[in-house]
Amino acid sequence: MLLRLIERTAVLLVSLAVSSVLVFGFLAVLPGDPARVALGVNASDEAVAELRRQFGLDRPLTTQYFDWLGGMLQGDFGLSYISKAPIGPQITDRFQVTLWLVVTSVVIALVVAAPAGTVMAARHRQLSGLALSALSQVGVAVPAFLAGILLIMVFAVKLGWLPANGWTPPAQDPGMFLRQLVLPALSLGLVQGAVLTRYVRSAVLDVLREDYLRTARAKGLRPFPALWRHGLRNAAVPVVTVLGLQLATLLIGAVVVERVFVIPGLGSLLLDGVSNRDLLVVQDVVMVLVVAVLVVNFLVDLLYVALDPRLRVTR
Amino acid sequence: MSDVLTVQGLTVSVRDVALVSDVELTVGPGERVGLIGESGSGKSLTALSVLGLLPEDVLAAGSVRLSGVDHELIGADERRMSRVRGRHLAMVFQEPMTALNPTMRVGDQVAEAMLIHRTRSSRRAARIAAAELLELVQLPGVMRTYPHQLSGGQRQRVVLALALANDPALLICDEPTTALDVTVQAMVLDLIMRGVAARESALLFITHDLAVVATVCQRVLVMYGGRVVESGPVTEVFTRPRHRYTEGLIAASDLESADSGPADVGLATSAPRRLPTIPGNVPPAGQFPDGCVFRNRCAHATETCATLPPWTGTPTQGFACHHPAGASDA
Repeated sequence: MLLRLIERTAVLLVSLAVSSVLVFGFLAVLPGDPARVALGVNASDEAVAELRRQFGLDRPLTTQYFDWLGGMLQGDFGLSYISKAPIGPQITDRFQVTLWLVVTSVVIALVVAAPAGTVMAARHRQLSGLALSALSQVGVAVPAFLAGILLIMVFAVKLGWLPANGWTPPAQDPGMFLRQLVLPALSLGLVQGAVLTRYVRSAVLDVLREDYLRTARAKGLRPFPALWRHGLRNAAVPVVTVLGLQLATLLIGAVVVERVFVIPGLGSLLLDGVSNRDLLVVQDVVMVLVVAVLVVNFLVDLLYVALDPRLRVTR
Repeated sequence: MSDVLTVQGLTVSVRDVALVSDVELTVGPGERVGLIGESGSGKSLTALSVLGLLPEDVLAAGSVRLSGVDHELIGADERRMSRVRGRHLAMVFQEPMTALNPTMRVGDQVAEAMLIHRTRSSRRAARIAAAELLELVQLPGVMRTYPHQLSGGQRQRVVLALALANDPALLICDEPTTALDVTVQAMVLDLIMRGVAARESALLFITHDLAVVATVCQRVLVMYGGRVVESGPVTEVFTRPRHRYTEGLIAASDLESADSGPADVGLATSAPRRLPTIPGNVPPAGQFPDGCVFRNRCAHATETCATLPPWTGTPTQGFACHHPAGASDA
């Protein structure tokens, strides 16, 4: 157990180091001088040189890299080349918004996928199971932004039940917060849920064929309690894996959905950064997203051990 | 005393192909009955239809009654069958490596058998009883271990412990030692015998190993092609087989005769003699011949064998063969 923890932590640290080099490297090799971009084509060479000196862009790349990394480790994300404002507080604010959106979507995805996938597996030879399968197939094919636009058209424009866009912090107005959260979270969650349903289905189908489920039935458990007590935890292992892998897709989806619903999250910050050529903002946001994905997958790895005692190597 | 298990006219089929036909079978109180035959003879399907755990598209017809249960088991709904399974009727399966839930502690899995049927008053009482059961199968101190920490033989003993947890009237064992090392087999067999004896449970023991049947069972039924072809006391059937299939099966298992070469090959005494086998293979399900199911592999088959041989003898001892071994016309 401890060995696995050490091993996983080492893998996490190495991945973090490598990805920080990649993120920094990609933006460094992009053509165009950030200072020139920030000041515009008409700026004088002196002004550009002054800005480069001001932001330390005239130093060697390795120095810049370690300066950036060291700052991030201390929570200092640097200053925007454009607005000259510190990036850190912006990221913290935006991160909370995206976190609400992503966590709610994951909950929706699970709430949809776990029962739907289980029913699909248990009834895989009946019409109801096949119908659900077909429906989830449709869900898999729909991109999140399209689902978002469709949801807006139906629930906001046609029926007028929910606001079409906007964001209110939960502390300010919890009711409005929830009403504005529903549609974006649904458009992300339902699509992810459809994908996840396929994995839940195959995981449960595998478990249904297991001998220990027959043992459970032979003990006197009825089919559903047998699946619930003996199957679910076993089926959870592959599903959790997929959930961890899906997080990257989910964050990409969040970037787009935040734009559709005009939500001030990390995704909007990233897109704003890209359109303003505010390269340090882009670099910081991408790094934060990468860290989030790596940390979640690290936690997923630890969750396996909790789910499957066979992974608890005691030697 | 009435029988613990009474199976009458059991037929198991999948999409109109009969896999088991007209099986008649009784097991008396405390009696140990063996069910033998090659793979595909319908032994396991017979057991699973008694338990009501046939695969989805496999259907059973006929009658299965169990003493202490006031309803027919064939066609009984899940709600009623789940009260019978694990309580009046328990089963030990062939493959111990996969029979236990890998994510649940062994003790909990045994205790669960009692909690489902509320045969113990509390969770605590069930856990104490589970520890005792595990001690009886000589696995002290394994309550908190997971299945992967145990060997195949140990896991099979856990399965046995949970099968015996509610003192079932009938224990069905389907090839319980086939997957185990020879050294472990004897121990598991001994524990099964002691377990059923202590509870006065009846035992239906399925195997293809004649030596095991001879050790464990008092009475034996020989199955071939989904039919019971011969039955009787073990000593009777094994020393004086009547059905030609039983005869072949016993000859094929008789290693002593294979070791001592026959007189007519005196020239090549050092050369290994071919082991006696039954010619041909077991046909695929549903492709057994009409009439006597064994006739396409039988050296004694004649035209009369195209008709179904009638059962000769009593319900508990007899055979179904037109040209039985040991008869004057053979």
